[in-house]
Amino acid sequence: MKCQKCKNNEATTHVKRVINGVTEEYELCRDCAEAMGVGNIFRDFSNDFGSTMLGGFNSLFKSLFENALPARTQATRCETCGSSYNDIMRTGMMGCADCYSLFRDEIMPTVRRVHGNTVHCGKNSPTYKVEIRERAERENEEKPGGKQLSELDSLKAQLDEAVKNQEFEKAAELRDRIKAMEAQDE
Amino acid sequence: MSNIVMETRIRLARNLKKYPFPIRLNTAKKEEVANKIIDAVKHSNSPLADELDVIWIRDLSEAERIALVERHLASPEFISESNGRALILSKDRTMSIMLNEEDHIRLQILEKGFELQKAYDIADKLDTLLDENLEFAFDESLGYLTQCPTNLGTGMRASVMLHLPALKASKAVSRIAGNLQKLGLTIRGAFGEGTEPKGAVYQLSNQVTLGISEKAAIENLKNIAEQLVSQELAAQKRMTESAQTQDKILRSLGVLRYAKLISCDEAMELLSNVRFGISSGIITDITTDSIDSMLEKIQPAVIMVENGDISPEERDVIRAKMVNRL
Repeated sequence: MKCQKCKNNEATTHVKRVINGVTEEYELCRDCAEAMGVGNIFRDFSNDFGSTMLGGFNSLFKSLFENALPARTQATRCETCGSSYNDIMRTGMMGCADCYSLFRDEIMPTVRRVHGNTVHCGKNSPTYKVEIRERAERENEEKPGGKQLSELDSLKAQLDEAVKNQEFEKAAELRDRIKAMEAQDE
Repeated sequence: MSNIVMETRIRLARNLKKYPFPIRLNTAKKEEVANKIIDAVKHSNSPLADELDVIWIRDLSEAERIALVERHLASPEFISESNGRALILSKDRTMSIMLNEEDHIRLQILEKGFELQKAYDIADKLDTLLDENLEFAFDESLGYLTQCPTNLGTGMRASVMLHLPALKASKAVSRIAGNLQKLGLTIRGAFGEGTEPKGAVYQLSNQVTLGISEKAAIENLKNIAEQLVSQELAAQKRMTESAQTQDKILRSLGVLRYAKLISCDEAMELLSNVRFGISSGIITDITTDSIDSMLEKIQPAVIMVENGDISPEERDVIRAKMVNRL
């Protein structure tokens, strides 16, 4: 199918826009789609950031992304939801929670650029907290050095808490203690 | 303060760990997810459990769907598709959950006025109750996992609706908007899309969700909102010294009280002028609350839902009768 705008190139991008509840759909070629300012977060960042910053940034980003993309991901599909890396690039959407583990290396540059950060420091899911506790208990039972491990875990939990509350001095101190303890273990 | 800040909203994006995100679900699976969540809400011991409506988008007429957007209870994207999508709504409409929009769950708390902390506390409690039942997708370093990576981390969008007629008139809003981006915030028109926000109503919200705690994001938003409010009030004070501005405000009230036909756009502009008159102290016999509820009632689809499928001109008659009562 030809692009509905330039009627010249092959249409590769399906655009769906909802304005005040009215849906419009187009089939566009990549150039026209970018010219119209539609794309997705993985492909086109020019809308989100000031144009000055993006002069050479877009192409730089693309080349970074391509370099970061090992050949395996072209064919790799997520076992849980069936998404390939191409699906994610095309839609700008992850397929499921497991995609975040499988394609983590590939998406992290994008995540960093969107948020300026890559580490969560907000609320922890209550079910996840239970999981950590259970894991720690299991490991305690299994390993002879159990006591040591639980102390480390408790320090890590305290560190999380300190970061969450933005008590950075306390966090730095905890971080150093954890490092020291881990070095000792090794 | 609350004269400028119309409304506060907290929205949380969450997904069930055991299901792929909506983009990877067919209609049957989406319905399964939606029913699971509805069930969990009903048994959640939360205030929402006692009195809620479940509205499946597939059961609504087009006007009813658009009216949800005009009332800010659903996003335009949400009503663009009906497959497996449903809205859970509390009777007083302050709590709502969009099911299978971009994420399985988009929980929203609405509070009148400037109530960020209160709204967040309600959202936080409801989120915890639901998580215990549903198990949300969460990662130690990425936080809550969302279909689109722009919402990773807290998954929280906090926003305040601001009425900024004086800053809009002096073109200050567009200047401010550029700087806000650097602070991880964004501002846009709350009604309709495009560059000219109808009724000078803006939505200020946080943009960054990863690497910043809910508390810090809310604090940041609160500080900037307070600055905008004081700038707006100062600009209002300057502007209302001129007879021209006073004339515009009072004429607007005159037209609203005596018009026989009025379009939505015109009514919004005039209501905005009158609201400006109230917050700057020129008009004293009307409250901003009555303007705010009027802004919602005069929307085209909202009128159609109340009055059946009528022509645009009939709508203009009904709308005029409503604003005459101001």
